[in-house]
Amino acid sequence: MSRPEIQVKGLHKSFGDNEVLRGIDLEIGQGEVVCVIGPSGSGKSTLLRCVNLLEEPTRGQVFVGGTELTDPDVDIDAVRRRIGMVFQQFNLFPHLTVTENLTLPQRRVLRRDKAQAARVAAENLERVGLSEKADAYPASLSGGQQQRVAIARALSMGPEVMLFDEPTSALDPELVGDVLAVMRMLADEGMTMMVVTHEMTFAREVADRVVFMDGGVVVEDGDPDQVIGRPTHARTRHFLSRLLDPAMAQVEEESSD
Amino acid sequence: MTTADTELQPRRKGLSRRRKRSLARGAQYVVFVAAVIAFAVGADWGRLRNQFAQWDIARRMFPDVITLALKNTVLYTLSGFVVGLALGMVIALMRLSSVGPYRWLAGLYIEIFRGLPALLIFIFIGVAVPLAFPGTEIVGGTYGKVALALGLVAAAYMAETIRAGIQAVPKGQLEAARSLGFSPARAMVSIIIPQAFRIILPPLTNELVLLFKDSSLVLFLGVTLEERELSKYGRDLASTTANSTPILVAGLCYLLVTIPLGFVVRRMEAKAQEAVR
Repeated sequence: MSRPEIQVKGLHKSFGDNEVLRGIDLEIGQGEVVCVIGPSGSGKSTLLRCVNLLEEPTRGQVFVGGTELTDPDVDIDAVRRRIGMVFQQFNLFPHLTVTENLTLPQRRVLRRDKAQAARVAAENLERVGLSEKADAYPASLSGGQQQRVAIARALSMGPEVMLFDEPTSALDPELVGDVLAVMRMLADEGMTMMVVTHEMTFAREVADRVVFMDGGVVVEDGDPDQVIGRPTHARTRHFLSRLLDPAMAQVEEESSD
Repeated sequence: MTTADTELQPRRKGLSRRRKRSLARGAQYVVFVAAVIAFAVGADWGRLRNQFAQWDIARRMFPDVITLALKNTVLYTLSGFVVGLALGMVIALMRLSSVGPYRWLAGLYIEIFRGLPALLIFIFIGVAVPLAFPGTEIVGGTYGKVALALGLVAAAYMAETIRAGIQAVPKGQLEAARSLGFSPARAMVSIIIPQAFRIILPPLTNELVLLFKDSSLVLFLGVTLEERELSKYGRDLASTTANSTPILVAGLCYLLVTIPLGFVVRRMEAKAQEAVR
């Protein structure tokens, strides 16, 4: 592995008095797929949003493709074009058709001409298996279809890195598979991916590495079989047991941190 | 038999609540019909018709009332609406700015122009501006003055409407646009504002109806014969003919536009409701 594609150094993030990230160090190599897991409130989504600076870190550095995003002189809009992001709530533009969702950013941001933008859009819609929905409006699509369009929209910008923020958490269970299949295809094609997820099967089968976060720090970081199969930390074991068998969880006293 | 069972039995004594309610509703209809009859019988229709419905006076108003007066009313309204929309957009964006002084200025503007009667603004434009800047003419003569006066008033209301519309667009839309590499300004123009306008189309059209009526205040600017709009035209003619028929005709001309517009607004609101579902 040469220079890491994503590098996070000593990252802190606070919202007022609430310190959400307490010193994160993380490296993701080119073509690597890293799944970030952890209980809600552990800071995993905030970490992901710091990687493309949707959240401004309080302290620390973020590098993507060798460019420091946290440098105040960097053109953040230019760097973000290289970083695709997929949201839990899809965030498609509801006033545009599926094709327009894919072409407008290319034309406005990358200044591609109409024909080229349309060609790239069609290619990416085909990749996610939704060519026949090209002229539909987002509201007429299922959640799974909307999320696949959102992935195609991000891909149309030609990103070097893809960030996924709980991409399947807002989906009906039977629609999760289609989205995961697209993500698996991307992983196989060698895309560098950082995925915040609760899908343990996906993490286990597709990820090169799994990072377990809790309380704003990385608790465990390693091979999926190790982190999910033989976790060394009690906190990881506790989280996984609740996730894999929620019905067996005991009522617990809320801890204050 | 327990008490609970007794309560569920039909009441034998007196009227039930449901019967009382239907009786009360019937009584209201009776009062309404009685009022209509009293009005129809009591009013002196002959004199009313004499004063307001002289057919030959009404006929003489055409085609000028349409080709001149209504045309000018529409022109004044539209120019005021365009100025108001442009200015309102700027003020709405200032109100949402992260720069404090912009927000305060916009807030001050809205408070002042929303609080003042439109009539005073017209007098101010007509009198104070020529006094303050002697020798300068507002571009477009009367049309420019009206566009400015109506626009200044409309902008205050529209700014608040536009701001609400922008804030009603989900936060995720801006985040998605930013993550695709849109600059804040470009995201606003390409993604947020088009969605905001969909949301505020009904209230904006309502604003158009209000402006349509407020355009009658042009009368206080002092206009030439050619620049008269519906109210002024109707009033002038009413005084030369010593009869109020022109007022009635002018009023009907307003309704000719406002009623269809109101219908369009309700249709759009219903459609917007559908889109949400």
